[in-house]
Amino acid sequence: MKGSKTGPSSKDVAGGHGQVPDIEIEDCSFAFNGAPVLTDVNLRIYHGDFVAIIGPNGGGKTTLVKLMLGLLKPKKGKVMLLGDEPAKTRCRVGYMPQYSTGEKGFPITVLEVALLGRLGYTGMGCRFSREDKEAALRVLKLVGMEELQHKRIDDLSGGQIQRTLLARALVSDPEVLFLDEPMASIDIDGQTMLFDLLGKLNEEITILFVTHDVGLLSKYIKSVICVNETVFFHHEPKITHDMASLLMGRAESCPVEMVAHGLPHRVLGRHKGH
Amino acid sequence: MDAFSLPFIQNAILAGLLASIACGLIGSLVVVNRAVFLAGGIAHAAYGGVGLAFFLSLPALPCILGFSIFMAIFMAALTVGRRERMDTFIGVLWAVGMATGIILIDLSPGYNVDLMSFLFGSILTVPASDIKVMAAVDLVTISVVCLFYKEFLAMSYDTEFARVRGVPVNGFHFLFLALVALAVVMTIRVVGLILVMALFTIAPYLTERMARSLAGMMAASCLANVVFVLSGLWLSYRFNLTSGATIILVAALVFGIFVLGERFVSWLRG
Repeated sequence: MKGSKTGPSSKDVAGGHGQVPDIEIEDCSFAFNGAPVLTDVNLRIYHGDFVAIIGPNGGGKTTLVKLMLGLLKPKKGKVMLLGDEPAKTRCRVGYMPQYSTGEKGFPITVLEVALLGRLGYTGMGCRFSREDKEAALRVLKLVGMEELQHKRIDDLSGGQIQRTLLARALVSDPEVLFLDEPMASIDIDGQTMLFDLLGKLNEEITILFVTHDVGLLSKYIKSVICVNETVFFHHEPKITHDMASLLMGRAESCPVEMVAHGLPHRVLGRHKGH
Repeated sequence: MDAFSLPFIQNAILAGLLASIACGLIGSLVVVNRAVFLAGGIAHAAYGGVGLAFFLSLPALPCILGFSIFMAIFMAALTVGRRERMDTFIGVLWAVGMATGIILIDLSPGYNVDLMSFLFGSILTVPASDIKVMAAVDLVTISVVCLFYKEFLAMSYDTEFARVRGVPVNGFHFLFLALVALAVVMTIRVVGLILVMALFTIAPYLTERMARSLAGMMAASCLANVVFVLSGLWLSYRFNLTSGATIILVAALVFGIFVLGERFVSWLRG
């Protein structure tokens, strides 16, 4: 199975033809302080996809997501989100940023964090409305955080914080959901539960999630994007040798093949010369 | 107590209450945004406004207010979107503001004004006209913070997420620093621009860990500042000490007890 470097010629995900893609990136490059982070990215992600964005740390995964959200501007090329400039349309997406353990000490409750996802619904200069609160409670129930709604966020475990941040991303009824390392600091049971939830949400919305853990490809995933300065888009939940060597940085390094269906498991590929 | 019947004591108490509210509200925002150095820069650069007022023989408070807001906007423009890497520039503006003030006072004709009162405060000589200005500034501060509470909360808790949700975070960065300038100027009369930082930081530090919301932290900080200011004022009157410095030392004493107590408790728990 060859991973194709995506371009106009690459096949689109099933049902995508003739439809405006949720995310479209054309000939995009991004550099940070002169050092290239991403080069010549071409991507089309259609509605209903469930994409895992994988790659080594520092490979540009978060940068790719931030480009899609318009939080970073490409040096070259074009990024379209929901058919328009990301800055105009990103209020229609849900975003769960990477959780950093360093941000302790902020006095805010679980319910308030979830409510922040409703910004943009209620105008500036107004308080959160009754509907906002009902929506926040609904998503907190969905992620199983309803009973902890009045707890201070930094009194919670890493997994509970992640679930709260997911609730915040979901509370705006997004069309596309971006999750940056959502499985970090969640145990295996929690990850399974979260994937089941995401799988259900994926019936209606597009989901992209970033992970550095290539073992984390669940049965719900439909496509894989490999990011390590360049980008491979693969419309199947598999990692090919090409992708693996991209991930490992060197073509001659140990190629690894991973397929996961249902139960998470890893299949180690052949070492060169065996 | 008959001291309370003295008009200058009444003014001092009023000024202290008004400053406590502004510093509690804005200090909480300063602390949760980790912008203490930025606020310090604005507070000290405000000294340039003092110099300008004397040089041009303009009324002090409006002149300091204008200059501080100008400096706050300048610093906001420098730090917007990349706050953490701009501390050198803040340090330079901090010093330049103060130096400008001193040079302008050198160049001003006439008698040498009591600069100490701007550096360390003179709460016992606050004129009634200043009380009115302070009340107006408090009203503006409370209104803005209440009106945009959820936007300030979003910006402070997670700037990037707030931006994705359509909050104009850059605009709020400017508004935030302008509010800092307002609070600094109105507090100059009470504790002076050197010591304003203590009212900005000590109460919010103490309340940050206990409150469950930013609003709760703000309310508790206002209350704690009121206690610091009133007890400091009473001690300074009773023992004939400089009021601004006494207020700060009362706050610092509570701060010290709190921090040591916290360390002791965590040490006991191993």
